[in-house]
Amino acid sequence: MELFLALCKAFLVGGLICVIGQLLVDLTKLTPGKVLVLFVVCGVLLGAVGLYEPLAKWAGAGATLPLTGFGYNLAKGTKEAVAEKGLLGVLDGPLASASVGIMAAVVSGLVVSVFARPKGK
Amino acid sequence: MSVSKDEYSNLAKRFSPGSPVFVDCVKAFAVGGLICSFAELLTFLFSKTSMTLEEVKALVLVIVIAITAILTGFGVFDKIAKHAGAGTAVPITGFANSIVSPAMEFHSEGLILGTAANMFKLAGPVIVFGCGSAVLYGLIVFVFKLY
Repeated sequence: MELFLALCKAFLVGGLICVIGQLLVDLTKLTPGKVLVLFVVCGVLLGAVGLYEPLAKWAGAGATLPLTGFGYNLAKGTKEAVAEKGLLGVLDGPLASASVGIMAAVVSGLVVSVFARPKGK
Repeated sequence: MSVSKDEYSNLAKRFSPGSPVFVDCVKAFAVGGLICSFAELLTFLFSKTSMTLEEVKALVLVIVIAITAILTGFGVFDKIAKHAGAGTAVPITGFANSIVSPAMEFHSEGLILGTAANMFKLAGPVIVFGCGSAVLYGLIVFVFKLY
């Protein structure tokens, strides 16, 4: 039951964040690429002012998996790095906190590009 | 905000059930929600093991990205993405796809100037702006001692 509730929360919040993105693409002149950039920056901003933390606690992957969660993770990692290393953390924190996601995508991109050929469109 | 009669009927049409925008949003909600609850399910399952929360989160991220890469390789991801729109683009699946897809597509132009050079064409702006704003935030945290 507890699991079911957690899945529902993740579904609801994750779905709603995607709907916001869809509305921005459909109703404004923003291209999907710009919407993604906007989402990351919003995530950093919401993380910085402390609004994203409660959402991430409540919705779990529903809040952390969308790109806003990526931004929130950047803000959180940077703050922790500054607390630990001072000024050095300002430059060290951001990429370090995003490294797992970026490297997983880069490595899988390299592997897939070797084995798969693009399908003719 | 005042809305004229014409504008109102126009807006009503765009948002009424069955309109393109409404259908797009339902699809985005369903697919985006499913991806997130799948990740939540993985998080739940792995948290039963001896892994720390940090390890669990990283592992779930890697699994979701790897699945995206494999589906992109088989050309399945694009078919889903065509219908799901922001539903697949906004979660980390969209970020992974934006790296894997050009890596594959530009492979024919060579590993260095094709694959490697084009990998970050779409993901680059996300990383630059994300990390850029995080650096700004880091400076604020440092100067005002918010930690």
